[in-house]
Amino acid sequence: MSEKPVKGERRVFMTGNEVCAWAALAAEADIMYGYPITPQTDIMQYWTRLAPKYGRKFLQTEDEISAGFTTVGGVIAGKRAFSATTGPGNTLFQEPMSMAEMMRIPTVVIIPQRGGPSTATVIYSQQEVTMTTYGGNGEGFRIVYSTAGHQDLYDYTIKAFNTAWKYRFPTFVLGDGYQAKMREPLTIYDPAERGIKMVKTEPLVGLPGTPGIHRPAQYLRNTYNTEEELYDVVMEIARDYEKAASEIIEWQDFDTDAEMDVLILAHGVVSRSAQGALPLLKDEGIRAGHFRPVTLRPMPEEQMRRAAAKAKRILVVESAYGQFLKLVKQSLYGMDKPIDTLLRPGAGVTAEEIVDRIKEGR
Amino acid sequence: MAIRIVLAGEGGQGVQVVANILAESANAEGKEVIYIPNFGVEQRGGVSIAFVQIDDKRIGSPKFPKADIVVALSNRAVNRTLQYVDERTTFIYDDSLVAAAEIDERAMGIQAVEADPRSQRTTELIDESKVKDQVQLPDNAANIIGIPANDIAKNELHPRVFNIIILGTLLKATAVVPLDRIKEAIEAKLGAKFDKNPALRDLNYKALDKGMSLVERLV
Amino acid sequence: MTREEIALAPNMPKCWNAETKPHKFCPGCGHGLALKMLGEAIDELGIQDKVVFGCDIGCSLLSWDFFNLDSVQTHHGRTTPVITGIKRARPEIIGIAYMGDGGGYAIGAQHLVNSATRNEKVTAILINNTNYGMTGGQMAPTTLPGQKTETTPYGRDPEETGYPTLGPEMVAAIAREGAYVARGSIANLRQLKKYLKKAIQNQIDGNGFSFVEVMSSCPTNWRTNAENTWNFVEKDMAEYFHVGEFKVPGQKEEK
Repeated sequence: MSEKPVKGERRVFMTGNEVCAWAALAAEADIMYGYPITPQTDIMQYWTRLAPKYGRKFLQTEDEISAGFTTVGGVIAGKRAFSATTGPGNTLFQEPMSMAEMMRIPTVVIIPQRGGPSTATVIYSQQEVTMTTYGGNGEGFRIVYSTAGHQDLYDYTIKAFNTAWKYRFPTFVLGDGYQAKMREPLTIYDPAERGIKMVKTEPLVGLPGTPGIHRPAQYLRNTYNTEEELYDVVMEIARDYEKAASEIIEWQDFDTDAEMDVLILAHGVVSRSAQGALPLLKDEGIRAGHFRPVTLRPMPEEQMRRAAAKAKRILVVESAYGQFLKLVKQSLYGMDKPIDTLLRPGAGVTAEEIVDRIKEGR
Repeated sequence: MAIRIVLAGEGGQGVQVVANILAESANAEGKEVIYIPNFGVEQRGGVSIAFVQIDDKRIGSPKFPKADIVVALSNRAVNRTLQYVDERTTFIYDDSLVAAAEIDERAMGIQAVEADPRSQRTTELIDESKVKDQVQLPDNAANIIGIPANDIAKNELHPRVFNIIILGTLLKATAVVPLDRIKEAIEAKLGAKFDKNPALRDLNYKALDKGMSLVERLV
Repeated sequence: MTREEIALAPNMPKCWNAETKPHKFCPGCGHGLALKMLGEAIDELGIQDKVVFGCDIGCSLLSWDFFNLDSVQTHHGRTTPVITGIKRARPEIIGIAYMGDGGGYAIGAQHLVNSATRNEKVTAILINNTNYGMTGGQMAPTTLPGQKTETTPYGRDPEETGYPTLGPEMVAAIAREGAYVARGSIANLRQLKKYLKKAIQNQIDGNGFSFVEVMSSCPTNWRTNAENTWNFVEKDMAEYFHVGEFKVPGQKEEK
């Protein structure tokens, strides 16, 4: 291994896409596979400039299906492999990611969400929540970190590799076009100096020794013959997932200790607007709190319910038409809480708009 | 204190360079900054817009509805940035480029016309092709300031330092970053070129001064 | 071994997994022959400890535990990118992608084309049996004009559905120098083995993409007896699909 790309700690001012490339380098990622799509492409562009200096590799594939499957191949070969995509590319990624889900392949994919449905915009949205958490013909055995800014992008891209390799589930860093394209300050660091140890990778194929002579051959399957066989396999994955969930979930809460008139539920970059709305609401004499799930899969359900229990009403805010809302309803099932919404598919939400929505709802 | 800035112009006017230097200097000053170069596909053939937020504490949403300062450097940029203007906004535009709306029924009742010193001059017959290029300045801004940056660049300095004039204007208007920081950022970007040709350094700093002299501190 | 045991011991390549034999392919299916030649090629090259074998969905899938080789099932059409991903990450591995005509020429055509143009150092083997076997005999890209399948019950009409894909010809046309491209047949196993060996050796030598199409049989879906099966492979198919090497590194191309 050549010298470390990030030494010590440094405050930097860069785009989110560049942050992701540095984070992947710092996390000792070996190889990136990808196909260009805005606003993800800069991750590849930074990676292709930086990676060769540190002995890392890159392959530009023919499409996102191939980007996903080559990433799967890289991980099977025992390398810390990753990709990045968004929008229609994320749609194509669902096929390889369902394979990763079934075969417990710890892929890492960074997703700066763009507008949808279809080609829509290259700008921004939170409309890939459903697809990223529960996409493909699968059961949502994935880990999804929803980032709210550049420090998150750096921290959670590094973390994604470790979570993926520790628990062996496909792991996603779900950002958005704003975070991808904007520049803001953050601190980058060498994970080792902060005591973060990268989880060791290991190959699933190409092990030492001759198969059938020195060791059994590795047979990696995703196809099963009978209902019972499949049921057992999926239930085992489900049990592992449930078991790991409590160790994986992450969340943040703001002013949720006391009784609230309203609890704002938001994730990702919209959480920043919710945080910004709290002091404004306080000035208006409204007791508001905010709960932000950092992991959308698995969802910190208990923590969200605990916060919700103290609020008279819930306001769900997202840059999508109810994708996060669906996850919230699933999490709060059975609780007798009125839920208001501020749903802005493909459009940003400001703190002021949240305040207005809450005042209008009173 | 939070400052929200929208800077817009034609591709090639150096809008992003200006925003970049301002944002980097503010970051170097230890401020929280969010700089978004463009929303959308406009980077190809459209108006180039930069969104900059500077604050002492962590910034919330990267998107903001209204700006404290809007700088529009072309007719299209004026039209494109009207949505970011409210009664607290200072609207700065380059009046050497922008032809304000004629005083005719089309423009009647628009406050902005009166605020525009050049509106008195435009009494030619209306040429339909020009009408398309005409702009309506905002009618709700706190301040509207026309600066002849392009004329100054062309006549007094050099067309290429147009964006440095704008940078000077923004620097003065916002007063969030000390001049030295801006100079450091300029040196970091252009220092090597300056060393080869010291006259360039003079020219750029002159442009910076000139830009600063065009406005007062606004925020 | 006693004499009887020797007589009874099936003549299996060393790298086959005896525990999964007899295999699950239909009687008369060509896959078994192609996989036997592949097994012998691997034995003769002495690379059992270096190969990773990827198999597509369709009848090719039945080869997933066929060998004592590290093996991975993929998705329909996606074996080439999975093996490409492995090879790019670990160039010392010898990657073999095994697929049918649907996986290579239809749903995964873009992967075949682009792996060939990038000259990926992997070996792709494609079984052409002129129909989709696993799903019950529908039209494939390789179905012959006039051939009846479940989705062309009156025979394939080229006006409606085009002509059969000439895979090796296409790959040879787009692949760079260093690529190896051939079409063999289960009707000539010695030749087929030679092609497969060269296709793997070409990867070992680091020359470039290697591709072998294998003309094969599917009596179950063709609904043919032994005689007609062989006739179809040796005559009908051979009339349209020509056996031979289409691109050999270091060899001047015949025009």
